[in-house]
Amino acid sequence: MEVDKIIAALHPLERKVLPILRETSSFEKIAELTKLQKVEVMRALQWLQNKKIISVKQKLQEKIDLDENGLKYRDKGLPEKTFLQLSNKPITLDEIGKRSNLSKQELSISLGILKSKGAIEIKKERGILISITNAGKNILNKGFPEEDFLKKKFPIGIFELNNEEKRIFESLKKRKNIVKLNIIKIINAELTEIGKKLTAQKIDSKNIIDRLTPSIIQSGEWKNKKLRSYDVAINVPNISGGKRHFVSQAIQYSKRIWLDMGFKEMTGPIVESSFWVFDALFTAQDHPVREMQDTFFIKNQKYGKLPEKKLVNAVKSAHENGGSTGSKGWQYNWKNEEAMKNVLRTHTTNLSARTLAGLKKSEIPSKFFAVGRCFRNEAIDWSHLFEFNQTEGIVIDPNANFRHLLGYLKEFFRRMGFEKARFRPAYFAYTEPSVEIDAFYPVHKKWIELGGAGILRPEVTKALLGEEIPVLAWGPGFDRVMMDYYDINDMRDIYKNDLKQLREMEYWMK
Amino acid sequence: MPTIKINKKVFEKLVGKKLPLEKLKDRISYLGTDLEDVNENEIVVEIFPNRPDMLSEEGFARAFSSFIGVKTGLKKYNVKKSGHKVIVDKSVSMRPYTTCAIVKNLNFNDEMIREIMQIQEKLALTHGRNRKKSAYGLYPLNNINFPIRYTAKDPNEVKFRPLGLEKEISAVKVEELHPKGREFKWVAEGWKKYPFFIDGKENIMCMLPYTNSHHTGKVDETTKEVFIECTGTDLENVKQALNIIVTMLADMGGQIYSLDIIYPSKTITTPNLNPEEMKVDIGYVNKILGLDLKENQIKTLLERMGFDYKNKKALIPAYRTDILHQIDLIEDIAIAYGYENFIPSIPNLSTISAEDKFEIFKNKIADLLSGMGLIETCSYHLSNKEQQCSMMNTNLSLIELENSISSDYNILKAWNIPSLMEILSSNKHHEYPQKIFTIGTIFKKNPKSETNIEEDERLAIAIASEKTDYTEIRQILDYLFRSINLKYEITETEHDSFITGRVGRVIVNGKNVAYIGEISPQVITNWELEMPVTALELNLTELFNTISK
Repeated sequence: MEVDKIIAALHPLERKVLPILRETSSFEKIAELTKLQKVEVMRALQWLQNKKIISVKQKLQEKIDLDENGLKYRDKGLPEKTFLQLSNKPITLDEIGKRSNLSKQELSISLGILKSKGAIEIKKERGILISITNAGKNILNKGFPEEDFLKKKFPIGIFELNNEEKRIFESLKKRKNIVKLNIIKIINAELTEIGKKLTAQKIDSKNIIDRLTPSIIQSGEWKNKKLRSYDVAINVPNISGGKRHFVSQAIQYSKRIWLDMGFKEMTGPIVESSFWVFDALFTAQDHPVREMQDTFFIKNQKYGKLPEKKLVNAVKSAHENGGSTGSKGWQYNWKNEEAMKNVLRTHTTNLSARTLAGLKKSEIPSKFFAVGRCFRNEAIDWSHLFEFNQTEGIVIDPNANFRHLLGYLKEFFRRMGFEKARFRPAYFAYTEPSVEIDAFYPVHKKWIELGGAGILRPEVTKALLGEEIPVLAWGPGFDRVMMDYYDINDMRDIYKNDLKQLREMEYWMK
Repeated sequence: MPTIKINKKVFEKLVGKKLPLEKLKDRISYLGTDLEDVNENEIVVEIFPNRPDMLSEEGFARAFSSFIGVKTGLKKYNVKKSGHKVIVDKSVSMRPYTTCAIVKNLNFNDEMIREIMQIQEKLALTHGRNRKKSAYGLYPLNNINFPIRYTAKDPNEVKFRPLGLEKEISAVKVEELHPKGREFKWVAEGWKKYPFFIDGKENIMCMLPYTNSHHTGKVDETTKEVFIECTGTDLENVKQALNIIVTMLADMGGQIYSLDIIYPSKTITTPNLNPEEMKVDIGYVNKILGLDLKENQIKTLLERMGFDYKNKKALIPAYRTDILHQIDLIEDIAIAYGYENFIPSIPNLSTISAEDKFEIFKNKIADLLSGMGLIETCSYHLSNKEQQCSMMNTNLSLIELENSISSDYNILKAWNIPSLMEILSSNKHHEYPQKIFTIGTIFKKNPKSETNIEEDERLAIAIASEKTDYTEIRQILDYLFRSINLKYEITETEHDSFITGRVGRVIVNGKNVAYIGEISPQVITNWELEMPVTALELNLTELFNTISK
């Protein structure tokens, strides 16, 4: 039964290889007899071994092969043979050189060999005069055993040689580039007990269907045959599909959280006048964040337009003397020109400022969010980028208080996967009280800063909304949360776009 | 934000209590300072820019000590009259304000001198906006003769030996020869005259905004009494700076003396350490914080932050520069209450959510494309002219950044296909076919827009493979438009990045919305690619506006 099951699952390659194994265990021989390619044989052996039908043994063996000169002498004969043939009549060494193609080196080697065999006689008159001896003639008649050796089938193992051949091999080894020794991997496949039982059965490939095809279905051929069983546990090659970038996946998720909590989405420009990025948010015009080293300014469209005069004046007086809020303000002369300077937004809070300025009384209370790209003028390294993602939120609610601020944030981060969040005092120009949010990373066992939040200052809300209603606001960075989820350590990897990484990256499954 | 280093032993002495390390770390964080590092000898903290009074060891210890309940309430500083005068000349219009003081009974050591230098620098950097708004100087009192004049002079007519230089030089050379002159000459841009302090014997005490003179301005361990001047463009700012410096010196054991500053139109006496008063509305405090604090609790909490509370008013120490509005007191009450003690809560407030319609549209497009086997990529908005133009064989008008640190990223993208080409170029070793897309903002000049810059969201698709051709990219576009039930037409066009005769303009409702075609072999070679590339760039903003009508 066991054996039948195995037979049913045999792959066509296995079916070809298996019967041969009764005759030989040599890999080379299997390839020769099955007429399969070596990779195919290898795959079949691998599968058979996995099924414990055979055991594959590999050993390393020294094999003799012909080298460059060996190949030449096999085809054209040994140089000493040519030499000896030419010495049939007394002849000078120079003359032999001229009448043969032998190199100087070959001439001197041949001379040495033939002399040691007593095949020639050497006289020194008119140069070097050489003549064949009787022994030499004998050798010519019998032929050189080395030539027979060279005509054997290579590569060949040393253990396959007889004593005489071994002697010839040793002498050829001393000569230049005739024979060489290679280390060769010898693969042997031995049938196991199961294998032996299997090969005793008839392994039939005619009544087995490998691939089901439309014609097999139509003809009904499948009714009389067996469909081969597969190894369903086998590994298969990777494939990959189209997919959203992991940043998009994470952003979608965070948007979902705000939407679930009843927030409306805000969108808006990336290039923005300083008015909306700084002035509307009570950031004094000489505040360091408005300097070149922190914020990107635009060279060839330096200025934007200011909004309606009423709003500009409200913001101006908030800065200069606190306006009607009871605040002292920053006590300086606020300038239009500074507010008109275009910048790349340093936070998405410009969107909140715009939303507040455009909010109708009937829309209070309400809640808004945004997720967007922000910019700071920074050199790139593993922990700094000039672009980053921020998630922004505001709650406009006459009854809102500081505990609500902490409540919304805690809930957001809980849903993002951080069970523990803590809040520390912080400073931002436009919120009071201000909060820094830390989340606890269980893997690293430490608190990580995720960004800021607070209640908008009265100077901000009064100027933008026209009345002093508590507005809860936050804008934590988003990249760190994402890097944690995807286990990215170098921020630059977020925008690396390595296709292999994108193809294989884990999907955001929250 | 400035970081300061504090000697832990000195700190503990000033605080009046030694806390275990973990407790110390915890309390520093909850006081509203960012703890960078703490070890046996040293505490490193980042001071938020609204609290310049904490930039010195003394100031930080003062705040910490009351926060942990050791020395709470308003700290009293006794100011005696010195009887000396500083006369302000009307010529100092470029830096019209000064406040001055004298502090005696000092006992400096090496470390204290370093500390004084540190606070002067850090204060000038933050509170003084890098000396532009204000700067400060200290002088040993015994070298100075009163009355002192604060006056502006033509630097060509003044000679003195600046602190740190070997010999007397003309003041006009300070910007060239003195390190502080080189560092801060931007502050004096456009000045014809410079402000100087000159003592009763016509000795130059300092040249602003640069350096003291060697003769009068070198404080060392033998100095027991100092004269302090703060100068700047804003009177309130220089008053605050002086208050911060003198209270620090008083905490070192010094006795503060005031001077009369005689302006052309009025005379003021500085320093003035009388606390300002601000009304505290208990109802407002509790409404903002979501608490139910009683008056005596609020009093205790204010005292923890160094305030006094009397007759429903907070008395604000003269060194606090950040209390603009009652809301600032509320934050301090919250800090004293302990952020960790607030119980977060979500109110039962029903509002209806809404996702932005254009965002939904973009997402649907991206989902359709990924369903077709395309991989979404994500790039920066910044790029450079070479990638946007030269490598694409085109010449576009680009929005340039004024001040980018990196020349690789000094313009805003005008289109997205170059980003995809860059990605293909860096993925040559990975498996083909490579089918990618991105949706991103592009920027172009438009005087009609509020910022004079128009921003559009554009979809770009690129396919690199042996067999890609116009048909393949066209099929994608076609499928996309069929899926959103939109009719379009394509007309022949010219575009230098594409092969002539294999590039089309896509038109919807009479509006040009896309380019589509096969990228020219020259552009492919420019990017060091060896595969055919087909691409399209579709203006989603335009498309959405057209179909929303």
